Amino acid sequence: MKILVPVKRVLDYNVKARVKPDQSGVDLSNVKMSMNPFDEISVEEAVRLKEDGKAEEIVVVSIGPEKAQETIRTALAMGADRGILIKTDETVEPLGVAKLLAKVVEEESPDMVVLGKQAIDDDANATGQMLGALLGWPQGTFASKVEIADGAANVTREVDGGLQTIKINLPAIVTTDLRLNEPRYASLPNIMKAKRKPIDMKVPDDYGVDIAPRLQVVKVTEPPKREAGEIVESVEELVSKLKNEAGVL
Amino acid sequence: MAVLVVAEHDNEELNEATLKAVTAAQAIGGDIDILCAGNDCGSVAEAAAKIEGVRKVRCAKDPALEHFLAEAMEAVIVPLMDEYDAMVAPATTVGKNFAPRVAAKLDVMQLSDVTAVEDADTFVRPIYAGNAMMTVKSGDAKKVVTVRPTTFQAANAQGGAAEVEELSVDLGDLKSQFVGEELSDSDRPELAAAKIVISGGRGMGNGENFHMLDSIADRLGAAVGASRAAVDAGFVPNEYQVGQTGKVVAPDLYIAVGISGAIQHLAGMKDSKTIVAINKDEEAPIFQVADYGLVADLFDALPKFEEEIDKLGYKAG
Repeated sequence: MKILVPVKRVLDYNVKARVKPDQSGVDLSNVKMSMNPFDEISVEEAVRLKEDGKAEEIVVVSIGPEKAQETIRTALAMGADRGILIKTDETVEPLGVAKLLAKVVEEESPDMVVLGKQAIDDDANATGQMLGALLGWPQGTFASKVEIADGAANVTREVDGGLQTIKINLPAIVTTDLRLNEPRYASLPNIMKAKRKPIDMKVPDDYGVDIAPRLQVVKVTEPPKREAGEIVESVEELVSKLKNEAGVL
Repeated sequence: MAVLVVAEHDNEELNEATLKAVTAAQAIGGDIDILCAGNDCGSVAEAAAKIEGVRKVRCAKDPALEHFLAEAMEAVIVPLMDEYDAMVAPATTVGKNFAPRVAAKLDVMQLSDVTAVEDADTFVRPIYAGNAMMTVKSGDAKKVVTVRPTTFQAANAQGGAAEVEELSVDLGDLKSQFVGEELSDSDRPELAAAKIVISGGRGMGNGENFHMLDSIADRLGAAVGASRAAVDAGFVPNEYQVGQTGKVVAPDLYIAVGISGAIQHLAGMKDSKTIVAINKDEEAPIFQVADYGLVADLFDALPKFEEEIDKLGYKAG
């Protein structure tokens, strides 16, 4: 089995997003960037499937600036075999990403594409599902468990009321949720080894799809601020204020 | 203009999130139809027909729709979209699962988790875990929108008398099938719809201690939630999770117990009307968003809290 894992370079999850004063977006200059945490889980899952003998090859693909190579290298150090960078400095929306990925799938013919359920920058939660629709593939989104057997995957999904398990025929899309696994840290020897693994350099034009944004950003603003309230001295005071002042009890 | 609202339901009852989605659809404008896709979901269609301001309810019934598989939902919705300018669904795990497939099939960019509708083309949505709000104008001919239920008022569930139309369903060959589910069996209100939510964090120490929250929740008619840290530590299942990657709640009262207040947790609860924080670390960031903060050991504070609400008449069981 061959697995394709798309990865995205995003603002590190520990860094607080700051809105630019001109309201054009979030300031990404001189801040720490990392692999989208859900994508790390995807890479980890693919590597585990390979270690279990279920998969033979893992290809990682990123769509982004030159520096997204670092993100690909991280995935290679975790155990992926080779990378593809589709280099662009423009913002590509999930629809455009899904179209590019559909072309990569055409060329690479993977049996499974494992994606993070959402990127923590745009929080769109859409790319995997869109790719599924474009390819006509089934999907197991928000996965907390994936089992491969007999040309199908049993995917346990995190849903609002609990867990749901579905069976999807391969080839298929899986999007990963937090509890699927705990991603490993790459060891130093593996980081060194990853430097010699190949990364194929591409540009969006190589794929001939329209990735022009459909959404025009009117403005990006700070959310309304919540003022800190008061510190109460005791539980009695707290309950009394909730009843008499806030009127919520 | 016409908007198709996809109902959220469990084949028996209409979920309140549907009423919120109707309000969002009204802000987009035009005639509003509701799609009830499910299995044996006639009672849901009847309830949907009573929602004020609805023109028509369209009912698609098939055993394969019982669990709202994304592929099956796509097969029902996409052909219908010839008649509509927009599709609106609540941003629940069901809506998030099928809506992007519909958008991709229509070749439009989805508007995810929308918190405000400015006009038929302009929408506000949170990005970066709600640390920024983005206003976008869609140039697509049709809109596919998922809406965050907590930020819209519920439409009136009574007063309408829409006709119910049965659709013929052809799902084709599905490559996915339902195997099973484990749903938490709780008499408590649903987290996303509860008026009061009491959540525990890593400070709870273990899963056993969540019974202290359960007991208070039962008295208040509240839902119990948790921070990602508490879920990651294995104290409670993931469906308890409030935050960027869990559920977004906006109750009248949110009580955060032993929760430090990481960015990603705040993203899921900061629109609550009144926030209470109980934490022994006075430096915890949660106090910066709390209306009332109590610096105390939760193991002392929770029993006292239960005693105090008992005096107010919130009795056990």
